Amino acid sequence: MLAHLPAMPPAPLFFAQLLVGLINGAFYAMLSLGLAVIFGLLNIINFTHGAQYMLGAFCAWFLLTRFGIGYWPALVIAPIAVGIVGVAIERLFLRRIARLDHLYGLLLTFGLALAIEGIFRQEYGSSGLPYSIPPELEGATNLGFMFLPIYRAWVIAISALVCGATWFVIERTRLGATLRAATENPALVRAFGIDVPRLVTLTYGAGAGLAAFAGVLAAPIYQVSPLMGSGIITVVFAVVVIGGMGSILGAIISGFALGLIEGLTKVFYPEASNTVIFVIMVIVLLIKPAGLFGRAS
Amino acid sequence: MRWNRAERLWAAGLLVLAIAAPFFLYPVFLEQALCMALFACAFNLLVGYVGLLSFGHAAFLGSAAYVTAYTVKAWGLPPELGIVAGVAVAALMGLVFGWLAIRRQGIYFAMITLALAQMVYFFAVEAPFTGGEDGIQAVPRGHLFGLFDLDHPLTMYYFVLAVFLFGFAVIVRAIDSPFGQVIKAIRENEPRAISLGYRAEHYKLLVFVLSAALAGLAGSTKALVFQFAALTDVDWTTSGEVVLMTLLGGIGTVLGPVAGAFIVVAMQNYLAQTASWVTVIEGVIFVACVLAFRRGIVGVIAPFVTGRRASADIPAQRPEVDAAPLPPETAKETPPVG
Repeated sequence: MLAHLPAMPPAPLFFAQLLVGLINGAFYAMLSLGLAVIFGLLNIINFTHGAQYMLGAFCAWFLLTRFGIGYWPALVIAPIAVGIVGVAIERLFLRRIARLDHLYGLLLTFGLALAIEGIFRQEYGSSGLPYSIPPELEGATNLGFMFLPIYRAWVIAISALVCGATWFVIERTRLGATLRAATENPALVRAFGIDVPRLVTLTYGAGAGLAAFAGVLAAPIYQVSPLMGSGIITVVFAVVVIGGMGSILGAIISGFALGLIEGLTKVFYPEASNTVIFVIMVIVLLIKPAGLFGRAS
Repeated sequence: MRWNRAERLWAAGLLVLAIAAPFFLYPVFLEQALCMALFACAFNLLVGYVGLLSFGHAAFLGSAAYVTAYTVKAWGLPPELGIVAGVAVAALMGLVFGWLAIRRQGIYFAMITLALAQMVYFFAVEAPFTGGEDGIQAVPRGHLFGLFDLDHPLTMYYFVLAVFLFGFAVIVRAIDSPFGQVIKAIRENEPRAISLGYRAEHYKLLVFVLSAALAGLAGSTKALVFQFAALTDVDWTTSGEVVLMTLLGGIGTVLGPVAGAFIVVAMQNYLAQTASWVTVIEGVIFVACVLAFRRGIVGVIAPFVTGRRASADIPAQRPEVDAAPLPPETAKETPPVG
C-alpha cells in the first residue's frame, strides 16, 4: 500500500489543494454551525439546510440575471429572503410537530428538501449555472509559494468572520445567553417573560439565512446548481457527528479542520478524498461516541 | 399473535391477488414493487419494532445488488448463489454498520447510518468492479437451481414473489416470536428491559443485521429483475425513498411498508413524467404524512378491516407522542448550544 503513495508533490500543487480544502472547510464550518444553532433550540436536524444553501445561491443568480443586482447586495438580500422562507417553514410546519419525536422533524425537513430540490431540478436541470466573481475580487496575488485567487481569500476571511461573529453572539451577548437558557429550560425562560416561540422561529430563520449566505459565497466557486445542496449536506452531517452537535466552537473548528484534511487527502491519496471524512467519523465514533466536542450523554 | 378470521381472509385474498396479478399488470412493475416492498419491510423491522430510524438502508440494498450482479456476470454463478453472496455481504455490512451505529440513538443514529451509506456510495463510484457511472449492465438471469429459466417473465415473477414471501415470513415470524417481544420491550422502555436481564445492545444489533440481510435480499433480487446494478441503488435518495414508503404505509404495521412500496413504485412508473417531479411529489407526501398522517395508510385502515382494535402490533400509544412508534430515548440526547 505504501508503495502506491506518491512522493511529496510539488509545492504549488500542495498549497493549491490545501486552499481548496480550506475553502470546503469554510463551507462545512458555516453549514454545520447553522445546523448546530438550529439543533440547539429546536432539537431537530435540519435536512432542508442543503436546500436553503442552494436557495441562497439561486437567489443571487436570480437577482443578477433578472434584476441586474450584483454580488454585494445579493450577499445581504439572499440571506434575508431565505431567512423569511425559513421563518415561514418554522411557523407553518415545524411548530406543529415540535411536541413529537424529533425524528419527525428530520423526516419533515427531508421531505421539504426533496420538494424544493425537485422543483429547481425541473426548472433548471442538474447542470450548473455560471455566476461570475464580482470585479472587485477578480485576479490573484502571488504569495511567493503559490498564487492565491483573491475571491478565495475573501471567502475564507468572511466565513471565518461570520463564524466568529455567530460564536460571539451566542456565547458572549445577552441575546445569546437567553438563547442558551431557552435551550436548557424553555419553560423557565418563558416564565421570565421571554417569548420563546418567537425566539425559536427567529433562530430557525437565522440558521436558514446563514446557509443562504454560504450559498451566495459558494455561487462563483461551485456554480449554481439544484444539486449543490444535497451534495454537501451529507458531508456536513458527518462533520456534525464528528464535532458533536452541542458545541458552536466545535462545529466551526471541525468544519475547517475536516476541509483541510480532505484537501490533504486529495494530495496524497486522491481515491480516498471523498470518503476520508466518513472514515474519520467512524474512528471518532469508536473512540468518543459523543463527538470530539460533544458532551457524553 | 394469533390471526383472527378477518385477518386470515385478508391474507388469503392478498395471496390470490399476488398470484393472479401478472396476468393483469406488467410483470416487471410488480417485480420491482415486490422488491421495494421487501426492502421497506426490512427497514420497517428496524424502525417500527426497535425504534431505530436508519437513513442509510440503500447501502445494503445497493451493495447486495452489486455483489449479485458481479458474481452472476463475471464469475458465472447461478442466480441462487449470486443472491446468497449478495445477502451475505449485506449481512456482514449490517454487522459492522450496526455495531458502529447503535452506539448512538435517535437523530444521531439516523445521521451515522446516512454517513456510513455515503461512504459506500463513494466507494461504489470509485471501485473498479462496480462500473462507476455505468453500473454493471446486462446481468444474465440464468436458470434457478439449473431448472427454471428466469428469462421467462412469469417464472421470474413467481420467483420474485417467492423471495418476497420468504422474506416477509421471516419478518412476521421474528416479530411474533419471543425475540420479537423482547425487541418491542426494548423500544418501549430500554432501561427496564435491561434491568430484566436482556442485553439490549445485543438484540438491537441482531435486528440490524437481520434488517440489512433482508434489504440485501431485496437488492439482489432487484439486480436480477432489472439485470443491472447502478449507483441509484446505493444513493441516499433511495434510503429516503424507503423511509417514505414505510411512513406512507404505516410505520410499525406488518403490511404498511408493502402498501407504501406499491404506491410509491406505481407513482414512479405511471404518474410522474420526469424524475424531478417524482422527487417533488415524494417530498410533498413526506411533509403531508408527517404533519397529518403519521399512522400511515395501513395504520389507519387496519383496525377497521380486521376488527382488531389497537393490536399489539400497532405501536403503543403514548399520549404526548401521537401514535409515534419512534423511540422515546431521543429526548435524552439534547445537548445545549454552548
